[in-house]
Amino acid sequence: MLELKGITKKFDGKTILDQVNLTVNDDQILTIVGPSGAGKTTLLRCISGLEMVDGGQFLLDGQPFDPATNRDNDAVIGVVFQDFQLFPNLTVLQNVVLAPTMVLKKSAADAEKEARALLERLNLGGKADLYPYELSGGQKQRVAIVRALAMHPKLLCYDEPTSALDPDLRREVEEIILKLKREGMTQIVVTHDIPFAESIADQMLRVEPKE
Amino acid sequence: MHYVSQILPSLISGTGMTLSIFFWTLIISVPLGILVGLGMITRFKPLTWLINIYVWLMRGTPLLLQLIFVFYGLPIAGIVFNRYDAALFAFILNYTAYFAEIFRGGLQAIPVGQYESARVLRLTNWQTLRKIVIPQVVKIVLPSIGNEVINLVKDSSLVYVIGLGDLLRAGNVAMARDVTLVPMLLVGVIYLLLTAVCTLVLKRLEKHYSYWR
Repeated sequence: MLELKGITKKFDGKTILDQVNLTVNDDQILTIVGPSGAGKTTLLRCISGLEMVDGGQFLLDGQPFDPATNRDNDAVIGVVFQDFQLFPNLTVLQNVVLAPTMVLKKSAADAEKEARALLERLNLGGKADLYPYELSGGQKQRVAIVRALAMHPKLLCYDEPTSALDPDLRREVEEIILKLKREGMTQIVVTHDIPFAESIADQMLRVEPKE
Repeated sequence: MHYVSQILPSLISGTGMTLSIFFWTLIISVPLGILVGLGMITRFKPLTWLINIYVWLMRGTPLLLQLIFVFYGLPIAGIVFNRYDAALFAFILNYTAYFAEIFRGGLQAIPVGQYESARVLRLTNWQTLRKIVIPQVVKIVLPSIGNEVINLVKDSSLVYVIGLGDLLRAGNVAMARDVTLVPMLLVGVIYLLLTAVCTLVLKRLEKHYSYWR
């Protein structure tokens, strides 16, 4: 369970997030919706440790933790970026095994075995040796999900998972997210796509732009 | 033909000097250029200023002048190099500055998202640099580095100014002694062969890196 207590974030004196309180329960999906510029992505970036917060506290299973400084080889939070940010110089398999081998210090064989199983699960079985440029948008996204999952996060975050995809691929992302939920993954999804958010959410958070 | 075979040994020994300057400058300047290029994009301002002044000096004055300063000027400050070391030192200083600028550009071409993506995977800065950033930068900068490599082959002829016997100087000596342009023609052919080899190697390297986009 992840709890946010009074999370505040300012950029150049402008308050983007003002005292955000939030609880994400285990095995549930929280969607964060709201118009552009409301701070959805900023909130996600704070949770994933890419931005330092100016106030407030994060609690993970009741224990205080700081996503921005947590670097103790314990990848608590996985992120699937809007534009995926796969590493173009590495194959699909190399993208997935890089962090497990270098950060979690797994043996190459173990990491590869697990990566192949994960790829198989997300219908990427035949793609392991391709480079990111050879994949479609939907495939890239699934690789990004596998890459995050390979680090065994307690929580998986998505930034606008439908925005870079064709409309008919929306359904596919939805299914993946729900499938991961059934397998016990806690997920946070930032989106401006309200019907999509409603169809997957256990809990919805609306953020409004600050004046 | 007889004349050619007569002057060829001296030209070949001159080529040896040219190649020696070329290889050592390249081998030392490229890694140094990566380091200095990294220094240019750090947030530690005093370092970036210092590097910018260095790059400005190296790119803002002729290499010929730098050679003269290193060999004839530095001894005044108590730093004495022999001719060859002085040439190498000046070339490395000069080429590192150019390479640093190229690597800076390459480093800045890597999207911030790549660093963030590595960060959420908990890779360290060094791991990110080694596995993700540098391989991508190398591919981006290869054509520009290639340009400098070709330039370096020809720039090495400037070492004549501090009395080193390179290819061009060997040709010059023969031309003055025998009053004929033939040695210089041969010098031209040898430079063309050297740059052709460089071009070929660079093309192969670019092709090698074309397995991803």
